[in-house]
Amino acid sequence: MSQIGQVSVKNGQYKIKGDFHHLELGQPIRSADENWKLVGITNPRQLTHMHSYGGEALFFESLSQGKLMATRCDNPKCETKGSIYQPFRIHCPDCLAKMTPIDMTDIAKKTAKIHTFMVCERSGAFNFLDKPIKFINIEFEGVVTILMSYLAVGEPKMGMRVVPCFKRQDPTFTILDLCFVPEGTKAEQLPRGFSF
Amino acid sequence: MIKFSDKQLAIPKLMRPVYLVTAGQSKFDRAFPDKRTEELCVDALTQAAEMINLSPAELKSYIHTCYYGHFADHFGDQLLGEAVIHDRLGLDPLGNIGVKTGGATGGSTLWEAVKAVASGYSDCVLAMGWERMDEVPTDEGNFYISCAADKDWEGPLGHIYTGYYAVMAQKYWKVFGKEEESFRRTLAEISVKHHGYARMNPYAQAPMKITVEDVLNSPVVAYPLRALDCCVMSVGAACAIICDEATAMKLTKNTKNKPLRIWVTAGSHTLRPADRRDMEIPLLPNETKEQYKDLGKNFPGGERYPGFTGFLAARMAAYYAYNQVGIKDPTEDLDVIELHDAFTISDVQTYEDIGLRPYGYGRDYVESGDCYHTNPKTGKPGKLPSNLSGGLIGCMHSVGATGIMQVFEIACHIWNRWAEIHGDEKIWKKFNRQKPSDWTDLQVKGAKRALAISHAGVGSHVTCTILQDPDNLIKKDA
Repeated sequence: MSQIGQVSVKNGQYKIKGDFHHLELGQPIRSADENWKLVGITNPRQLTHMHSYGGEALFFESLSQGKLMATRCDNPKCETKGSIYQPFRIHCPDCLAKMTPIDMTDIAKKTAKIHTFMVCERSGAFNFLDKPIKFINIEFEGVVTILMSYLAVGEPKMGMRVVPCFKRQDPTFTILDLCFVPEGTKAEQLPRGFSF
Repeated sequence: MIKFSDKQLAIPKLMRPVYLVTAGQSKFDRAFPDKRTEELCVDALTQAAEMINLSPAELKSYIHTCYYGHFADHFGDQLLGEAVIHDRLGLDPLGNIGVKTGGATGGSTLWEAVKAVASGYSDCVLAMGWERMDEVPTDEGNFYISCAADKDWEGPLGHIYTGYYAVMAQKYWKVFGKEEESFRRTLAEISVKHHGYARMNPYAQAPMKITVEDVLNSPVVAYPLRALDCCVMSVGAACAIICDEATAMKLTKNTKNKPLRIWVTAGSHTLRPADRRDMEIPLLPNETKEQYKDLGKNFPGGERYPGFTGFLAARMAAYYAYNQVGIKDPTEDLDVIELHDAFTISDVQTYEDIGLRPYGYGRDYVESGDCYHTNPKTGKPGKLPSNLSGGLIGCMHSVGATGIMQVFEIACHIWNRWAEIHGDEKIWKKFNRQKPSDWTDLQVKGAKRALAISHAGVGSHVTCTILQDPDNLIKKDA
């Protein structure tokens, strides 16, 4: 019986358990235009990758705790010292010093607004979001970059005030654990598992 | 506000003149169930040889290094696909390397090839690009394309690259387009133009005789962009042969190809648009700081540069190229161009990034009629025709080949061979395509200088290729 592949780390090494791939033979591709002659073969493949969040793990863990973490360059020798980055980035793009993680949940709650947006009817394979997807890019006061996320309630508009919410119940530990809703949205309107 | 150092802004210099000698391409289509990629690459290389009256074996004997542009290994489920093609082209024991810069892969492949010759490492280099996007269904294809975005921060958001790009289109539409119906129609006009020019191109995948209304009535992909505003997804190959002066002269002796001087420059910007920071607009030779002081006043929301409305990478590629070859005003100094029209709106954004019009006024390049082969308003030749191939919207976007196809196209104009390459009945028949009864020769008469822009996704990489007739250089020591 197959078992979903699971991974942990012990003594600095990945420890894997379960199935990480499934065997399946391909099927011939034949041409109806030319008397069903052979033109190719399908190559089915299902496998599971392992991926390290490295220094960004704190960000993804914090979402499940209802916190939006950013980073700030505190290197006194850096020309852009004091800049706050969201997306959270580990190193300053200018001096490459390791930055200081900061909790910017309150800044987001008080100042987030939509810089631009796109309502997208389509998605690629492996998408978990409901369609249409309302992509939004969010400005925050005092933050030098513009985060991409999605609007989970209502229709987006440029300049609209929005607030973050977090998937604390059954978190996915991905960027999908963060979404935004218009300011004033009630808790009962939030998607399942999300809270302010 | 970030700044760049003088060293970063230094104008590139080639150590010796570099020439485009010949080029070739395959047929472009949505799928080739009956052909391996190498067959398309052989078609391209064979045409390049025929353009200078050589057999493929004779041309291969000159090649010393190979650069292969192929973006998406995972589409073909083949790592080192470049080595497969290299083997099948029979180019052992030459050094070869793959180049990957998203949608700009073709342009970047030429960038590397030019530097290999300029440095003196090789006297003759093959730049070959291709893409194979027909080996997974569209949903999975969209997923694979979205893998070019940041896998932790963007990919899980729908796995749809168009969405990551379209937020920028939306910003441009609102800020500089002011959501005007007239601007929407101008965007549609670009699609009509490019699908229309594709009708004259036997290699093109999406020839269409359509109207502005057809575009405006096509299905919405990501508002305001509709299906006919978007480029095609393609399979195909293109190549170019880049040489030093002595080899170029030898290879083109008694042929119709005059060796053309070539320069390629490149710029970059954040892979995640989310990481963009504000800066002053880097100025091109035909711009002044003064002209942008009221940009935010004239276009509310346009205060931030590049914000989500401009492509810094394109601006920088043009900045390096114009200053390198001496272009003062691209609309005066150039004769024909090919731009990376992934979407109609990004075509307009590029007009501004490369200085065809100032920021905020890109639409005028279309509305004036300057972008046409024949200006529909005056009936006279367009001032600077663009995308006569049909571009990515009408001709193809087989990613690794696209930037090379563009350069082949503009070279055909300077070689005065456009009609021969696009009008030959034999080519139309070979591709099983019907030459239209109203086929029109789109040769730009007397073309001496040309430009091509190769652009990656959300603007992470952009290259600018300049071709010049060596007897008509703007700056002799470029």
